[in-house]
Amino acid sequence: MSGRDVVLARIRRALADVPRGEGPSDPPVARDYLRVHGSRTAGQDVELLAENLADYRAIVHRSGPDGLPALIGRLLAERGARSVVVPPGLDPGWLAAAEVTRVPDLAPSTARELDAVDSVVTGCALAIAETGTLVLDAGPDQGRRRITLVPDHHICVVRVPGQVVGSVPEALPRLAPDRPLTWISGPSATSDIELDRVEGVHGPRTLEVVLLAAG
Amino acid sequence: MSGTSLGMPAFPRAAAVSTGDSRLRANLTHATHTIRDKRARAVAELDDWAQLRAAGAAVKDRTLRHLDHYLERLEESVVAAGGRVHWAADAEEANRIVTRLVRETGEREVVKVKSMATQEIGLNEALAEAGIRAYETDLAELIVQLGDDLPSHILVPAIHRNRSEIRDIFLREMGSWGRPAPEGLSDSPAELAEAARLHLREKFLTAKVGISGANFMVAESGTLVVVESEGNGRMCLTLPETLISVVGIEKTVPTWQDLEIFLQLLPRSSTAERMNPYTTTWTGTTDGDGPRTFHLVLLDNGRTDTLADTVGRQALRCIRCSACLNVCPVYERAGGHAYGSPYPGPIGAILTPQLRGIEGSLEASLPYASSLCGACYEVCPVAIDIPEVLVHLRERVVEGGPVTRRGTRTVLKPARGHAAERAAMRAAAWAFDHPGALRGGMRLASRTRRLHPRRLPGPGRAWSDSRELPAVAAESFRDWWRRTRGEQRPDGASGEGRGGVR
Ligand code: SF4
Repeated sequence: MSGRDVVLARIRRALADVPRGEGPSDPPVARDYLRVHGSRTAGQDVELLAENLADYRAIVHRSGPDGLPALIGRLLAERGARSVVVPPGLDPGWLAAAEVTRVPDLAPSTARELDAVDSVVTGCALAIAETGTLVLDAGPDQGRRRITLVPDHHICVVRVPGQVVGSVPEALPRLAPDRPLTWISGPSATSDIELDRVEGVHGPRTLEVVLLAAG
Repeated sequence: MSGTSLGMPAFPRAAAVSTGDSRLRANLTHATHTIRDKRARAVAELDDWAQLRAAGAAVKDRTLRHLDHYLERLEESVVAAGGRVHWAADAEEANRIVTRLVRETGEREVVKVKSMATQEIGLNEALAEAGIRAYETDLAELIVQLGDDLPSHILVPAIHRNRSEIRDIFLREMGSWGRPAPEGLSDSPAELAEAARLHLREKFLTAKVGISGANFMVAESGTLVVVESEGNGRMCLTLPETLISVVGIEKTVPTWQDLEIFLQLLPRSSTAERMNPYTTTWTGTTDGDGPRTFHLVLLDNGRTDTLADTVGRQALRCIRCSACLNVCPVYERAGGHAYGSPYPGPIGAILTPQLRGIEGSLEASLPYASSLCGACYEVCPVAIDIPEVLVHLRERVVEGGPVTRRGTRTVLKPARGHAAERAAMRAAAWAFDHPGALRGGMRLASRTRRLHPRRLPGPGRAWSDSRELPAVAAESFRDWWRRTRGEQRPDGASGEGRGGVR
């Protein structure tokens, strides 16, 4: 017998107490937990998102469309970034004021090449206010998962209020499980040494979030 | 390093050693109390915690009751998404499969995400025998690996190590595993983390094979979920060409929507955060993004035997948050190593004897490594009634009864040659010798105790005879459930399959 047959047969024997008539979706699960905690306007969701992001030591900025290129240019310059990896679908205007080498996000480039790049600029799929979380789904303005992992500095632009949801239960229906997802809540961190929190063990040590209001 | 903990002494002997280590006790007390208090605050933020907890327990129970169905769904979805699925009935088979898969890539090195399942099966040792070096990449696991040591806590495996010890381990060992520690390394956590970053980056950038576990597997979509903080998980899950995930069959949840429950329950119970810094989800393989080959190894290794026990089955709901460790007065004094497996604390006391069988002296002693205070049950985000299972297992140890071993039903003889009973007595005696462990527990005792037998069978009797069971005012989860859901069981089952055992 294959491992598969062995395990499935064991399971069926182990579940002899389950009545034959009971279907896989029985008994029903009471989903009487809240869809969202508290009631907030869209604007209040954005405020809460900013607060929770900052609480997790992300650096939060706000901008309108006109000020965005200058803001991104300044953030990159302040970090001394000389190169930035750019997802294929990123609005080229966002980097119009940045004096940096643009490194395209290409499948054949190696992780080592990516390691030599200073920063990355992306959009996101959505952001969750209650938890201070950015979700990336590898869409055209976000690129492959690794580009927001290997460079040490990540600037993520969130369109507000359109891309902001209140809670985790509100987020999942808007995300497609067949896309690879990366949920980011603050920069990489560890508390493994005497519970002292240290930022940036392996992922980017600096996470900057730009809340981009519609023009 | 033995890793698999075979030949570990029984709990009381191991605990006697660790309780004598005052630095270890101080580390543990500090850690458990800090995390415990933070967790309480994070949980208090959600006023629907009780409903989330009930839903989490109900989803897990329902999945377990139809596990064959959901595993077949899962397999179908993973294969449809481009992954390959393997089934392993025991540790040996799982190790054989993983070793073969790594060999087929031609690689001699793999990077690993922290995973209790691979510790449970002794994968690193099996790979080493086949000439394959496995690098642990979680900072704490790295400390444990370099120190030729065993993890002692689910969430913070190196909690038994001080910063100066960690510095010494890095200076001494990093060089023989790869990039040496920087000269003049101090013992500041930031510098130590930086040393780990530099040391491991070399590995991440060159590794062709990654090995992981998973926190959840979604049957309907074939999605796997890994929850972490450092980014080492993302490195291992996205940079290598081949990804091999070894996952216990009980990690299955039916639907994508179910994640809305567990992604709220887990981070707050575990690290006491609203959300952990990184969560990665993947479904099979994605063209041009991440590994080109994905293997899922579904692991039984005692889980189906646990499933066959209608009282003990609930242990398979566990989402490995470690909340029960941090409130346990016995864990706080004994430390994680005393439990002799990757699963320490209250969950280890019920999971290890079920996964491995209670015939061994360590396994027979574990159900006694508890004061039955009920604190573990109160914090458990999936409402596992750990005290109930402990009492049930104590009865098995002392009186024997029906059990399932490797899929075969058999009747266990009571206390073979009295060895098991002696082990149990020693554990009980250990608890009496440490009144602090008992008192700490009694203060937290809740009214869940009401539903446990007033007198315990066998050696436990002496213990229960000497204690009055206190009542506390705060409403327990069970009370809340009774008040709002009538007499139904918190796990959603109507009660069949648990009666008649005692
Ligand atoms: S038994 Fe409950 S509290 Fe303990 S680790 Fe598992 S889920 Fe967490």
